[in-house]
Amino acid sequence: MSSSATDNSISLLRPDGWNRPPVIEPSNDGDLLEVAMGPHHPSTHGVFRMDVALDGERVIRLKPVFGYLHRNHEKLAEGMSYLSSMPFTDRLDYICPMTNNWAYALAVEKLTGQEVPERAQYLRVIVGELTRVQNHASAIGFLIQEMGASGTPLMYAFKAREKILDLFEELTGARMMVNYMRFGGCRVDATPAWLTATRKVVDELPQFVDEFENLLTGNEILMARTQGIGILPAELAVNAGVTGPMLRASGVNYDIRKVDKYGAYDRFKFRVPLGDHGDVYDRFMIRFLEIRESLAILDQALKQIPGGPVMDSKAKLRGFRPKPGEAYGRIEAPKGELGFYLISDGGPNPYRYRIRPPSLINLTILEDMCLGQNVADVVLIFGSVDIVLGEVDR
Amino acid sequence: MFGEGILKGLAETARNFAGSFVSAERLTTVQYPEQRIAPIEATRDFPFLVYDGADWEAGLRCVACQICEKECPPKCIYIEKSVDKKPDFTGRPQIYPTRFDIDISVCMSCQICVEVCPFEAIKMDTEFELSTTDRFGGLLYDRKELAKSNEHYHKIHPSEAAEVDARLAEEKAKAEAKTKAAAEAAAAKAAAAATAAKPAPADSKAGGESNTAGGTQG
Repeated sequence: MSSSATDNSISLLRPDGWNRPPVIEPSNDGDLLEVAMGPHHPSTHGVFRMDVALDGERVIRLKPVFGYLHRNHEKLAEGMSYLSSMPFTDRLDYICPMTNNWAYALAVEKLTGQEVPERAQYLRVIVGELTRVQNHASAIGFLIQEMGASGTPLMYAFKAREKILDLFEELTGARMMVNYMRFGGCRVDATPAWLTATRKVVDELPQFVDEFENLLTGNEILMARTQGIGILPAELAVNAGVTGPMLRASGVNYDIRKVDKYGAYDRFKFRVPLGDHGDVYDRFMIRFLEIRESLAILDQALKQIPGGPVMDSKAKLRGFRPKPGEAYGRIEAPKGELGFYLISDGGPNPYRYRIRPPSLINLTILEDMCLGQNVADVVLIFGSVDIVLGEVDR
Repeated sequence: MFGEGILKGLAETARNFAGSFVSAERLTTVQYPEQRIAPIEATRDFPFLVYDGADWEAGLRCVACQICEKECPPKCIYIEKSVDKKPDFTGRPQIYPTRFDIDISVCMSCQICVEVCPFEAIKMDTEFELSTTDRFGGLLYDRKELAKSNEHYHKIHPSEAAEVDARLAEEKAKAEAKTKAAAEAAAAKAAAAATAAKPAPADSKAGGESNTAGGTQG
């Protein structure tokens, strides 16, 4: 990560690196209870196992075990053309396919030096921010579900998500596996009717956020369960490479939309919400605040969207051979920094194709957050990380 | 007051519960097999092969160029080229697929084949009720099962099909004009060659031109 990224925050990089919390010794001479949570535990967002060692209720050790959903995506991509990998990126973080498409398209555009027309940039911002809204809404819903409020908040979140997925279906033909972006623009243009429908949904969403906040924020049970739980210190978060809402909840001002100003993000006014405790409650609240900022961006983008083509006329769909070299395209995906690292050897396929998934890297500090907490809170802390196993295992 | 937040949340739930009985737009459930939602034009399920005219075998637009086979991300398309040629929609003789299979059980509906096809020969269908009891070959569709008429395409994606038709008509007109021009040029050159003293270079030039315009004169 570049040093300029953390210019506006406290200097957090330490020479000795990882600053792990001390190992907690068992309180008595009794044996530890080892529990395997998962891989089919309902709270684990897919297939994921946590091997937990417990002393009474306290967590002494926690070992995340993943790889159950490994699909060999990176190696497969080396054997197929740049275009053919695009639909597979939908299946990484299947909650937010649009941002996955965007990160991959950005990496290939960097590799080939391809320009993107203005209208396509705006469309990317619009679909990207819609994705962020629905991802954060469902992340909150899942988190509350794991707390025991089975169903109700999740259904509220899915009500809003449904409207956004309907927009995606109208635009791209699929609700989740959108396969929308191309190198040098977007696959199809948005019709005026689609933009009107989007405007209507965006105008209705603040009401949904108010309703959702009414339902949850200030709830005493929620506050008692989440405040002071799973604290992630800013220093540890930076050292572990944590990004996205997780990092900002710990108070580090780092948002790639502000740092890189990719796409059309330099044209919008929005704030980056920051937390100060870095606990589960902050991570929960920061997603609400980010939804509100995303809605502000959507409002501006829909007002400013220019006309023109959505594909660069010089863009080639297939059969191009980028010059030998490498490129790293990264965006602020809803879950954190999503990057695609590509090496070209001049052939029609990438020589190396590597994904930096936010979910996997945010998951690496799970043990540090859980040590010393009660076993009931492990599920909650895990939920607040907001991962999708499709992206962790690839 | 302690418990205020919980009461506020419960009031919200109660409001939504009561609202679900009065507001019609909240009743989103569709009784599926009896009722159906109107299809969205952009909907895509599985690919089909477009043919023009009445005979599916003669009218297939596919020329077995195998680009879709190469680009298909899950590699679910199998094509075998023909040895002989048959005329395509512009009248130019083209290779055709003697075998064109798509394994629908592997296909992931990504639409890459449609985008890369230079001949507008493969399009996305909206048919989704394809379940079968045959585990082995039931979802492996051959070209007869895949072939669907241009009218069907117009029915499921009207505006897209209209664009494609316009583009193909333009292409056909261009090809016809080119053929005609080439034929005229060849005739003129032949006439000139007959009168001129040096027939050999003129002939070879005319031959080169007619190659690019297709061998329709032959």
